[in-house]
Amino acid sequence: MLGLDLSFLSWDIISRFVMKGFIFSVELTVIATIGGILLGTVLALMRLSGAKILALPATFYVNGMRSVPLVMVILWFYLLMPSAFFDMIPGGANNRSEISAIITFIAFEAAYFSEIMRAGIQSISRGQVNAGLALGMTYGQNMRLVVLPQAFRNMVPILLTQTIILFQDTSLVYAIGAYDLLKGLTTAGKIYGRPEEAYLLAAVVYFVICFGLSSIVKKLQNKIAIVR
Amino acid sequence: MTWDWRVFLNDDGSGRTYLQWMFDAWGWTLAVAGCSWVVAILMGGLMGTLRTLPNSPWLVRLANAWVELFRNVPLLVQIFIWYFVVPKMFPAMQRVPSFLLVVFALGFFTSARIAEQVRAGVQSLPRGQRYAGMAMGFTTAQTYRYVILPMAVRIIIPPLTSESMNLLKNSSVAFAVSIAELTMFAMQAQEETSRGIEIYLAVTALYAVSAFAVNRVFAFIEKKVQIPGYIVAGTAGGGH
Repeated sequence: MLGLDLSFLSWDIISRFVMKGFIFSVELTVIATIGGILLGTVLALMRLSGAKILALPATFYVNGMRSVPLVMVILWFYLLMPSAFFDMIPGGANNRSEISAIITFIAFEAAYFSEIMRAGIQSISRGQVNAGLALGMTYGQNMRLVVLPQAFRNMVPILLTQTIILFQDTSLVYAIGAYDLLKGLTTAGKIYGRPEEAYLLAAVVYFVICFGLSSIVKKLQNKIAIVR
Repeated sequence: MTWDWRVFLNDDGSGRTYLQWMFDAWGWTLAVAGCSWVVAILMGGLMGTLRTLPNSPWLVRLANAWVELFRNVPLLVQIFIWYFVVPKMFPAMQRVPSFLLVVFALGFFTSARIAEQVRAGVQSLPRGQRYAGMAMGFTTAQTYRYVILPMAVRIIIPPLTSESMNLLKNSSVAFAVSIAELTMFAMQAQEETSRGIEIYLAVTALYAVSAFAVNRVFAFIEKKVQIPGYIVAGTAGGGH
């Protein structure tokens, strides 16, 4: 058996190596969730609009994203992002991987979020939509005031679960060398000659966060379910 | 920007063309995914079934722990642990080729998700099915073998289809421990040839084709095993 030794982990090392990565992982998760839900809602509404010219491109985009591994999408965006783009962002030249990762995750997760939104919107019964129409609401009003508020409430647990999966997936920015939580831990492990401990510690940290969050989601699910 | 597909006919430095290398890599992707799928189905089926046992709280807890453990740690971290940590902790594992370590990592990771589907499938059956088995004097094992599992397996085919496609896509993470699969090929060939767009397009197309093939195979199986006159419900959700 390997003698595990975590004594190399001092507060100093955590704040120097790990915190920076942890903050980026959280940042990436939050930005990609918000951006992904916004873009995903647009995609879902395009698909449900009934107008072919809107529905077809959205369907193509969503199915395309969903049939390719996330790692390949990360590589694609990193390859195609022009360097002129990074120069426009302050500090962009030194954080190419990180910026590329954020854009990739918004674009990729939007496809998954849009499927959740679509299922959620379609779960609202036809009568609700018809009631809105009978009151003389336009398509936009009907969506905003009748359908989406109910759909969102139904979807919140699934959206949060997707966010937890998204948090796990952020570790894949390893492919382009972005500095995330995993990288922070393994860097510290390598420098202090304790790589095995670093990997195990990474597993524990991810487990605690994801398990904790999913327990909260489960509790929330029982609370906010619409009683019918 | 012009296309140059001839890049695939160039020699990669070891006497084979990039095209050959890519197809070799495709083979590795399919091998990793296929072997992991077998591990995932076996462990996922077992754990999912254990989670629904009526009178064995400890087996249920064990299976629940399995699912939570493998579901809440990112696949990349699990692969690193199988590759770097397990052989150090258990010297007997040092002889195991890295291909098999990745298969275990991907298989166990996916088994947690499949176990969840199996549990949901079993629990979606009407309780009367189990009681019917008991009334016939079946043991628990017989009830599962002859009554519950044959129905549950059919119910979970649709979610199992998308999970199998996920597994195929997730096999791309094996690049992290230098398995010579498609993503690894894409990264290396891109670097060597500077023809990233052509290489990535071809690799992306191969992934899409493979995922589509998995989808068709499962659609075929679903059709073959369906019980005439019985419309499988319960998995779609959200209905009225």
